[in-house]
Amino acid sequence: MATKNSLGNLFGRSPIRPIQEHMQIAEEAAQLLPQLIQASIDDDWDRAGDIHKAIVAAEREADKLKRSVRKNLPKSLFMPVARTDLLELIGIQDHVANTAEDVAVLVMGRHMRFPEKLEPAILDLTAACVATVQQALKAIQELDELLEVGFLGREVKHVESMLKELDKLEAKTDKKAVVVRRALFKLEADLPPVDVMFQYRVLALLSTIADDAEKVGDRLQILMAK
Amino acid sequence: MEIIAQYGSIFLILACAFGFFMAWGIGANDVANAMGTSVGSGALTIKQAILVAVIFEFMGAYLAGGEVTATIRKGIIDPSVMTDSPELMVYGMMSALLAAGTWLLIASIKGWPVSTTHSIVGAIVGFAAVGISVDAVYWSKVGTIVASWVVSPVLAGSISFGLFVSVRYFILNTDDPFNRAKRYVPIYMWLVGFMISMVTLLKGLKHIGLDIDLGLGSKFANAIPVSFVVGLIVAALGAMLLRRVKDSQDNENRFGDVERVFAILMVFTACAMAFAHGSNDVANAVGPLAAIVGTVQSGGEIAAKSAMPWWILLVGAAGIVIGLATYGWKVIATIGKKITELTPSRGFAAELGAASTVVIASATGLPISTTHTLVGAVLGVGFARGIAALNLGTIGAIFMSWIITLPAGAGLSILFFFLFKGIFG
Repeated sequence: MATKNSLGNLFGRSPIRPIQEHMQIAEEAAQLLPQLIQASIDDDWDRAGDIHKAIVAAEREADKLKRSVRKNLPKSLFMPVARTDLLELIGIQDHVANTAEDVAVLVMGRHMRFPEKLEPAILDLTAACVATVQQALKAIQELDELLEVGFLGREVKHVESMLKELDKLEAKTDKKAVVVRRALFKLEADLPPVDVMFQYRVLALLSTIADDAEKVGDRLQILMAK
Repeated sequence: MEIIAQYGSIFLILACAFGFFMAWGIGANDVANAMGTSVGSGALTIKQAILVAVIFEFMGAYLAGGEVTATIRKGIIDPSVMTDSPELMVYGMMSALLAAGTWLLIASIKGWPVSTTHSIVGAIVGFAAVGISVDAVYWSKVGTIVASWVVSPVLAGSISFGLFVSVRYFILNTDDPFNRAKRYVPIYMWLVGFMISMVTLLKGLKHIGLDIDLGLGSKFANAIPVSFVVGLIVAALGAMLLRRVKDSQDNENRFGDVERVFAILMVFTACAMAFAHGSNDVANAVGPLAAIVGTVQSGGEIAAKSAMPWWILLVGAAGIVIGLATYGWKVIATIGKKITELTPSRGFAAELGAASTVVIASATGLPISTTHTLVGAVLGVGFARGIAALNLGTIGAIFMSWIITLPAGAGLSILFFFLFKGIFG
């Protein structure tokens, strides 16, 4: 009885919390990368294998959540923000998890070991990359507060200052990537060419993660601007 | 005349049974919509919601339900057409009750969204227009009622839109929303007390023999200062309750404490909602019953103006309470689970917008749908960007319910009318 009650049916499922959870999972995948690199430096491939598995599992969970958010956002929903913005947002968030997985697959699959001289710099770069993702997560976690005040006013300014910080962190990551790439360039003549190619690839992917985190912030800003 | 003399007590028993059935249906289904928002937002537990519903539904019905009851009883059809055969009035109103009750039962089992008000109005118009004569229906009054079904959700939506925007401006979008909330929320509580008191003073107290006269001329002018004071008392009570809410300094969830302040406000708006619902919807069961009892007891004279016996209201109120106790609490729980996304700062705006609209309608004697009004109010908050996701498909369902319920109620009522005519002659 009363299964199709008009008042009960009026309320759709809010996508806000699932989107926040999704970003949380993407961040979980990304924040495992420094540990993975450390394991490769230590030449401990059992540990690296476990971390790789955890990253792959997180990426899968993120995929599942992304699909369920999409499924629960029919066109008939009336929301304070544009539906397309939310769909875009979760797509970009998903890139973060995907790219983290790509890095893990490369490092693990090739038992990749960076030249000893590069180790501190690459750890530094990975940490900067994770910090960028964490800042993006912090901004996304403001979504429910934004909803509370109707996406305007002080809360928007608050989030905008977080996004500025996010931009700074992304720029920092880029700079660190340049440093590592230059160092690798100097050493590359003495290294096995195929290995070097893939090391460049990992460096590029780490920059992509930070880029994606910044794009999450960009989307959030567009979403607030409406 | 002989028919009424012969079967008078049977008619009374049947009418009471049907009226009770209808009231049970209202208690089992309709009340859930009025209370579900409070339960869903976590402002009230189910037990508290039922307690509030029992007390304030009864008060609303008793103190402010008279106007709508009068409309249902003698505002839709012209009794003078039936002076020669008063039994037609009895058959008709019995059919209307039975038809509306049956239709609500079918619709509830099938899960269709229907409104008690629309069923009963459709049923009364149906038997009168087809069973008696098209002239027996006050079409202009029916037109007003139907218009009010469109106006009420829009009005409720506008009020709740305004309320929510004011909450955002004065409380949420400020430096210190928690202390702002504590300072401003009593004003909304005052509004609740003022509104309920105004309606009670203007429409309720005369039939319990109480009349407050401050010598200010009109009844309206007399009611304003009294309601103002009542509002102040309510606000003071609320402010006392608010003192117990402490700032937990939780930076992760900055609005959690603010919402707890609004949850207390929502206890007040829930009372207003139950009061409003009682004042409007009890009439759906009590109105036809009163018409039957009036006709039978006057020995066949269709009294246009006779006092409504007090026990009729008791049948309605008891039916609602029993409906609530036997089935309604389950429906409240179901609806409550579905609307957990509605936080108290929005729920209160929706409830106050809906309750004000319903109470105004009650005071003017217009039977409207509480559920549809509440849907309009929630949409109003949604348009103020207050709610994460609303299903606009519901609006379509409401239109469907208008299109289906009116002819269904009318059809069933016509069927039952001729059935009774066949049985009793």
